Amino acid sequence: MKAGAQPSSVVIVGAGQGGYQTAASLRELGYPGRITLISAEDALPYERPPLSKAYLKGQADFEQLWLRPVTYYVRQSIDLVAGTVREIDPAARTVRLADGSEYDYGHLVLATGARPRTLDVPGAGLRGVHTLRTAQDALSLRASLAAARRTVVVGAGFIGLEFAAVARESGGEVTVVETLDRPLARAVSTRTAEHFTRLHRRMGTQMLFGRRVAALHGNSRSDVTAVELADGRRLPADLVLIGVGVTPRTELAEAAGLPVNGGITVDSRLLTGDPRISAIGDCAAFPQVRSGNLLRLESVQNAVGHARLVAERLTGVHSAYDELPWFWSDQFSTTLQIAGLAEEHDTQVVLGDDPDAFSVLLFHGRELRAVESVNRPRDHMAARRLLDRGVELSPDDATTPGFTLKAHLASRQGVSAAVR
Amino acid sequence: MPKITYVAVDGTERSLDVPLGTSVMRGAVVNDIDGIVAQCGGNAQCATCHVYVDETTIDKLDPARQNEDDLLDFTASPRRPTSRLSCQLEVTSALDGLIVHLPERQN
Repeated sequence: MKAGAQPSSVVIVGAGQGGYQTAASLRELGYPGRITLISAEDALPYERPPLSKAYLKGQADFEQLWLRPVTYYVRQSIDLVAGTVREIDPAARTVRLADGSEYDYGHLVLATGARPRTLDVPGAGLRGVHTLRTAQDALSLRASLAAARRTVVVGAGFIGLEFAAVARESGGEVTVVETLDRPLARAVSTRTAEHFTRLHRRMGTQMLFGRRVAALHGNSRSDVTAVELADGRRLPADLVLIGVGVTPRTELAEAAGLPVNGGITVDSRLLTGDPRISAIGDCAAFPQVRSGNLLRLESVQNAVGHARLVAERLTGVHSAYDELPWFWSDQFSTTLQIAGLAEEHDTQVVLGDDPDAFSVLLFHGRELRAVESVNRPRDHMAARRLLDRGVELSPDDATTPGFTLKAHLASRQGVSAAVR
Repeated sequence: MPKITYVAVDGTERSLDVPLGTSVMRGAVVNDIDGIVAQCGGNAQCATCHVYVDETTIDKLDPARQNEDDLLDFTASPRRPTSRLSCQLEVTSALDGLIVHLPERQN
């Protein structure tokens, strides 16, 4: 392939949201070459967010999770292949599947995602112990949940809490066990974390922090019966969800000799060390444009944003990845929306007097870094624009009586257009 | 099943029977209609399933709730009085005959 020329074929490994979007965006941008989308799951690409929400509750059939029906892939000449990739040969530019079949690529996109971490304790393999990542996982959880009386959720991250809410709504006893001293510790401020602790407790869920799981116990049929904590306490359980984070799937990249550092390492254009291989979404560690720090994000927005950038690059538009991250989580009837990243913050300003509807503005120095909105969608949307456009907002502005993000955005639109 | 008509930017119309309980967004996606992205999967997070409801059928709909109304201020194509998020339009028998126009851009 000559510099600047489009590759004659693109092979995408992984048909989650990022893999699907790469194929879809390539066609949208008029890419005429062959596109092969390889899925380890023998199913049409589907949405994952409902797996811990509506789908888990039985409110949606699998077909309703499809990103597109089969006719779409036919119409767009996107070859869907079900199979597990065993090996990448960067020199020969081929990928080999477990069944021995081989695919040549002009460009390869790794959208391999991540797998749930498991607990390294005795009894982790008992029946009734689940993780949640795929539609198949959700289906088996849904079946277990219908019969479960006592559920223990290990890990108070997004998956753990979303599942805990569904389990509680389905009527059983629910206990959440977390090693850290608060929920969502890596994702949100203490103020927002406290809100979710209160919410789950108010709904009748037992929340245990600063506790480590030592073992899982089962009966003679290998069904889980209890979770033992490091302090010796035993929590009876007939269903256990392990929600202790994910590990990016980097094995194929490593075996192919590509750099890996907490994810498949890519540059700001999402290229790996090999100019014919990109990596996107949950599996990719990419540099933040401002700090240069490597970042790996697990979100629909990140997967879709990465996919679009790669599709643009492959069709001739070169840019660095600089999209504002955003996330959301639904628990009971509460929606949390986050715009931006606040790994570092020293000042916070809370908007709203309602304890169940507020936004937390997180500043580092005088710079707004992130906004967490609980049941305040208007704040969230305004925050996304403010942060995306680099509109200036100081803690002093935000504490002025009558301040709203939307009004501030409206008053600075003229300024922001000049900035961007 | 209620019949919903989707009108593309170029004027092409497709009328579809959309099952009760699903959404106008799902009806488009499942039937392979271009022009609705629905990046967040119908969770009212992204405003990429924006439609313009035909004025002759707007009375079939209840007004937008606060959340939808807020998001409509952030659509990629301009908001108009008839703008709605199709993921928030649950298909009921009252929607039979609804006509929606797809916008120029979704993101």
